[in-house]
Amino acid sequence: VTPETGRPSPVRVERAAAVPVEEVSAVPVERSSPEPTGGSLALVDLLDRVLGCGVVVTGEVTLSIAGVDLVQVSLRALISSVRVAVEDRPGEGEV
Amino acid sequence: MTERGVWAYAVTQEPSVAGQLVGVTGVATEPVRTVEAGGLVAVVGAVDLTDFGEEALRRNLEDLTWLEATARRHHAVIDAVARSGAVAPLRLATVYRDDQRVAAMLAERRADFTAALSRVRGRTEWGVKIFARSGAGPGAEPGEDSTGGGSGEGGGTGRPGTAYLLRRKARLSAQREAQRETVNQAEEVHAVLTGLVEAAHRHPPQNPQLSGERAQMVLNAAYLVDAARDDAFATAVSDLGGRHPDLRVDLTGPWPPYSFADAGGERP
Repeated sequence: VTPETGRPSPVRVERAAAVPVEEVSAVPVERSSPEPTGGSLALVDLLDRVLGCGVVVTGEVTLSIAGVDLVQVSLRALISSVRVAVEDRPGEGEV
Repeated sequence: MTERGVWAYAVTQEPSVAGQLVGVTGVATEPVRTVEAGGLVAVVGAVDLTDFGEEALRRNLEDLTWLEATARRHHAVIDAVARSGAVAPLRLATVYRDDQRVAAMLAERRADFTAALSRVRGRTEWGVKIFARSGAGPGAEPGEDSTGGGSGEGGGTGRPGTAYLLRRKARLSAQREAQRETVNQAEEVHAVLTGLVEAAHRHPPQNPQLSGERAQMVLNAAYLVDAARDDAFATAVSDLGGRHPDLRVDLTGPWPPYSFADAGGERP
């Protein structure tokens, strides 16, 4: 059981580069509860579900936005936001 | 002139759901209401198509601030519906022209929704994310990128550059080996957990820019768990985490059954 009530906090991309990584070493399992207010709910976990899951209804009855790949669209949103908000990390050789 | 549309959040069979929705507002901060057809209840809200029509959605979905606010409001409604019973969440941005079309959709997909609701009834979703604790932290060797000069000079074996490259190669291969091992361990955890639950679903690994997570993600899974076994599941996750010190295991939930309401959800 951890008293670290603050983690994982809602992750904001503006702060992405500053999120501490190794502060949780003592505890093997982190536990967080989604709340209706979204207070302690990480956006990234929510997007996995509301964009990547849920029942997809297509057909003439819906507006044609249903045919758009939402995950791709939001990924573009994300990438452009991150470029603005965070300085590019020094290039890391991928090999 | 403003055109109105109907944003759909979720489908349920619980007649009592309307009582749970008093005071609940949706993506446009509109009060939500229900549309019924054939024993199914869709939870919907009226939205302005200037903001939530096809063209506006294409534009707004590219705006992360808008996307976050909308995703959280969409979730808040689904969460409220889940409090009254089994719920099939609809994907974000399911918008209809009017209530008649919502009712038509319910009738058309009745068998799917009925099956989905019986699959998730009395169960909740838990998320398990596993990260490599060791693993190559980016930026471990900040000086590394300035090595460009070595390659063009036809290096003899005695050159410091060659020794450096060999060292680097060895280190990378050790890292890869460690990564493979971590992935194997995460797969074991996934297999054990899958044996304990009604269904399992793997999400793609999360984008590190969005999660702010520098550790490598080796599993991003969701599990559909009987309400009576929630505690046992959480204990199992905790035990598995303790048994694998190289892994960091994050548990999230309980969630409404987002990952299991669609007919395409995989079974264990």
